Amino acid sequence: MSKKPVTIHHQDTLEPHPDTRLPDPHQDTFSKTTQGFWIYLMTDSLLFATLFCTYGVLHSETYDGATSKDLFSLTTAFVETMILLVSSVTCGLGMLAAIQNKRKFVITWLAASFILGASFVAIEIHEFIQLVQDGNSWKESAFLSSFFTLVSTHGIHVSFGLLWMAVLMAQVYRLGITVITFRRLIVFSMFWHFLDLVWIFIFTFVYLLGVI
Amino acid sequence: MTHELNLNEIKKEWHGTLKAYSYGFLGCLILTIISFSLVITRPFSETILIYTIIALAIMQAIVQLLFFLHIGQEESKPRWESIVFCFTLLILIIIVIGSLWIMHDLNHRMMPDMNP
Repeated sequence: MSKKPVTIHHQDTLEPHPDTRLPDPHQDTFSKTTQGFWIYLMTDSLLFATLFCTYGVLHSETYDGATSKDLFSLTTAFVETMILLVSSVTCGLGMLAAIQNKRKFVITWLAASFILGASFVAIEIHEFIQLVQDGNSWKESAFLSSFFTLVSTHGIHVSFGLLWMAVLMAQVYRLGITVITFRRLIVFSMFWHFLDLVWIFIFTFVYLLGVI
Repeated sequence: MTHELNLNEIKKEWHGTLKAYSYGFLGCLILTIISFSLVITRPFSETILIYTIIALAIMQAIVQLLFFLHIGQEESKPRWESIVFCFTLLILIIIVIGSLWIMHDLNHRMMPDMNP
């Protein structure tokens, strides 16, 4: 047996190395949370993509029932689009107020987003009830099934966003702007902006192209 | 070993500004109004109209990604959010275009047998 010294390349002593690398910028809770949530949003966009595909394939399979030209109203779609866009912007203004530590403004802007989001959901539910009452429920054709699935999945996301927003308003009211509530506000704003992004494609591919 | 940030440091990690939100809002407003008014007035033929509307939607999506979701504005490398976004975009394009292509092709091939 030769007695060659064993060289360990990684660490020669048990003394901690001075860390000479650049500090990893993504190790704090805020960065990790926003990154994790961003990855969730991306997987959620894949969910919506598959529903859009389903709608794209099935939108002409009306089983001799009503077509998209007969059903969709541009006025409703336009009002919904504007409501969601303004709600997205008021949510962003709420984040800007949080940056400036203005707790009252945060709650006011979030309340504005909440009211707009709630009216969006109300208009959508009203639209759905109207469709079902006119005999165009999801049971009538593949087109209507895929339409209801796609649009109501977005609507359910918005509804959960409303619940989340209500909880956040209570937390900001109770705790003020802290490291934790600020992080939650930012994550929520990402979710809310993402829903507005998905809606762009719904009003374009479902409503506008459906009417053409 | 985690280095936790305080509130002021966290606030610098977020990139929203009033200017960005104003630009984003104006951009989306203009693009939405253009696409709705194009569909109502119908100045072009149907095919051109469809492609214009889709182009306007993609433009509006880019505006929202830049000004509302602050994509690509991370200062520190590696830019995980941008990397994840690009990968998702690739998968998304494969799923959407692939499915529509396959189903369209199948529809096309099935047509002659469907006719009595």
